[in-house]
Amino acid sequence: MSNEKPCCCSAGGCCSTEPTESAELITPYDKDDRWVTGEIQTPRGSVPVVSTKLGFTDVLGAWKVRWGIGRMSYRINPGLYAIGKPDHASPVLVSANYKLTFDALRKELSGLDCWVLILDTKGINVWCAAGKGTFGTDELVYRISRTGLSEVVSHRRLVLPQLGAPGVRAHEVTKQTGFSVIYGPVRAKDIKAFLASGCRATEEMRTVKFTAWNRLVLTPVEFVAAAKTSMAVFGVMFLLNLFAARPFGLADFIAYTGAVVTGTVIAPLLLPVIPGRAFAWKGWLLGLLWTLGFAWYSGWFASGPLPLAIGYLFALPSLSAYLAMNFTGSSTYTSLSGVIKETRTAVPLIALSSIVGIVLVLIASLRA
Amino acid sequence: MKLRYLRNVATLRLSAERCIGCGRCTEVCPHRVFDVSEKRARIVDRDGCMECGACAKNCPANAITVSAGVGCAAALIKGWLSGSKPSCDCSCDEGCC
Repeated sequence: MSNEKPCCCSAGGCCSTEPTESAELITPYDKDDRWVTGEIQTPRGSVPVVSTKLGFTDVLGAWKVRWGIGRMSYRINPGLYAIGKPDHASPVLVSANYKLTFDALRKELSGLDCWVLILDTKGINVWCAAGKGTFGTDELVYRISRTGLSEVVSHRRLVLPQLGAPGVRAHEVTKQTGFSVIYGPVRAKDIKAFLASGCRATEEMRTVKFTAWNRLVLTPVEFVAAAKTSMAVFGVMFLLNLFAARPFGLADFIAYTGAVVTGTVIAPLLLPVIPGRAFAWKGWLLGLLWTLGFAWYSGWFASGPLPLAIGYLFALPSLSAYLAMNFTGSSTYTSLSGVIKETRTAVPLIALSSIVGIVLVLIASLRA
Repeated sequence: MKLRYLRNVATLRLSAERCIGCGRCTEVCPHRVFDVSEKRARIVDRDGCMECGACAKNCPANAITVSAGVGCAAALIKGWLSGSKPSCDCSCDEGCC
């Protein structure tokens, strides 16, 4: 939750994205950005008008960050943007400066005339930034004054995404700026219906979901991170092969990789149908099934390689358990208290089981 | 199928005396934990609470308490190993500059 050391993105750092604004332009932007289609004049200065259609570079950019490429620099300048032809009476929507978030929002706003106030969340999505406090009361108050919003619009209402609420104290914003805060729907796709109904959200609009698709798009980043760490494991296997009586081969590679895929992709995907509640348990169960199945298929239950099979049965399911447990951070429904309880039980078991497994596998490989 | 996490762990508490029935908690809660009837909020699904802290932060009467945080095992473990508070900045792993 607290993020006292905001990595290297502090002010004045190389990725600081807040050049001094000229008097005429409220929000600086890159003239090469295809998603800016023009400028609109306001009493305070001109504001970039933004397209509600995503282009090829937007789609490619989204794909890249889903695979963890350049995720932390995928951001736009904080400030005020226009959709359509807004005037002083148009609604103001508030969002984050992660470009993936901004794109998800603007593509749902076609046909609307509204303002979009973008907070500086250091390139993090609304919900995570709210948890860290960067999508927060102070930044919102600062951004309202910095953009001169009270001169651009005559009303005093802001529509915030509901998931920004963990970072914003609505009544405090009103006290400091005079703007009242209405929390809009969880998902951008409901904004039109929300605005059309006079800012009334249905229960459905207010509820966070975690659909199979929601889970699937999160798995590449998990898998890529695990794959990077796995390079070290493969390196050790390679070195051991120099003096192993039973060298590690393709079957070992598949057994290991299967356990990684089970923990990072399969367990998240099958989350609701795997029995139990703790993520580590769910991952362990699937990892056990995978290891049992693969060991049986590879004939490792014969008396010769049996110690190897037992070693893998200790090591690989606990690897899947660990990776699945890390998916708690990506999930939308795990509480801190719950995760503390889960990790306190799971981590010692995982560590113990892994050590026993690794020792058995080493013995089986070196002595054969 | 509905996703549910561990039972009886959430630290969410609501003071019925302080509650003014404004309904802000039902507006911000992402898991429909609250219900307001007869000008009083009540907790209808404590086990659904993910401790995001939105309700407590936005309650103008300070009637709600919850020890809010991010339910992320990786952040917790990293915090234990480094002896610091858990912080969810896995997004910075690759170095943002």
